[in-house]
Amino acid sequence: MSGLAPVPDAEHESVPIGSNDDVVRARQLVRALAQQCKLSLVDQTKLVTAASELARNTLVYGGGGVMRVGLVHRDGRVGVTAVFEDSGPGIPDVDQALTDGWTSGGGLGLGLSGARRLVDDFTLQTEVGGGTQVAITKWAR
Amino acid sequence: MLKIGDVLLVSIQVELEDQVVLELQDDLAARIVDSGASGVVIDITAVEIVDSFVGRMLATTAAISRMLDAQTVVVGMRPAVAITLVELGLSLGGVRTALTLEKGLEILARRDDSRPAQL
Repeated sequence: MSGLAPVPDAEHESVPIGSNDDVVRARQLVRALAQQCKLSLVDQTKLVTAASELARNTLVYGGGGVMRVGLVHRDGRVGVTAVFEDSGPGIPDVDQALTDGWTSGGGLGLGLSGARRLVDDFTLQTEVGGGTQVAITKWAR
Repeated sequence: MLKIGDVLLVSIQVELEDQVVLELQDDLAARIVDSGASGVVIDITAVEIVDSFVGRMLATTAAISRMLDAQTVVVGMRPAVAITLVELGLSLGGVRTALTLEKGLEILARRDDSRPAQL
């Protein structure tokens, strides 16, 4: 899949997401970076929560995948970007998937739409049969 | 899980993995019935994030407890967690909350007073 999403700097870290434990590890890694770039406590919490939602989506709907995370710099600002990638079935109707309350599984349907509200930048690329990539960024104020 | 009088106290101290969350929900339902507890306090003071999965568990646990004649109060939510939950779209309408453990126990004690006296 062609990745146009902001990819973290060379020092990014990759975490496989194949189990519930990996979701916890992904959260911890995102939290550590959020603290490192001095996001406010509320922004840290929002970013880690968004990452938790997306990591779970990668596991449950994407059949597992990988998270890449790192610090990014733009216009003198620093932020944290996390990219979640799977090679699962993809999302046939993106608008629908981004609607509050819509779910193809057993969830509440808040994961994707909620995660988008919690971050500053959100990009989603998906292809039916070709997987899904979601990138999120939160910038330090 | 601790029992204080008629109240079960669950203090969540570890980073919650989804499977653990589900087990906790099942254990709690069983403990309510076994112990005849009339109240449940879930203390989330140590919890740094509540995502939609954990939020749903809190709502479901409150609903299950209600059916088993116990009232649930969630205590100790951090301000950042409250802000994030609302923005996420989960306002946990059916879940009673209190700022501290003491206040949570007060709420449950008041509820007990309003029960008819046992003969």
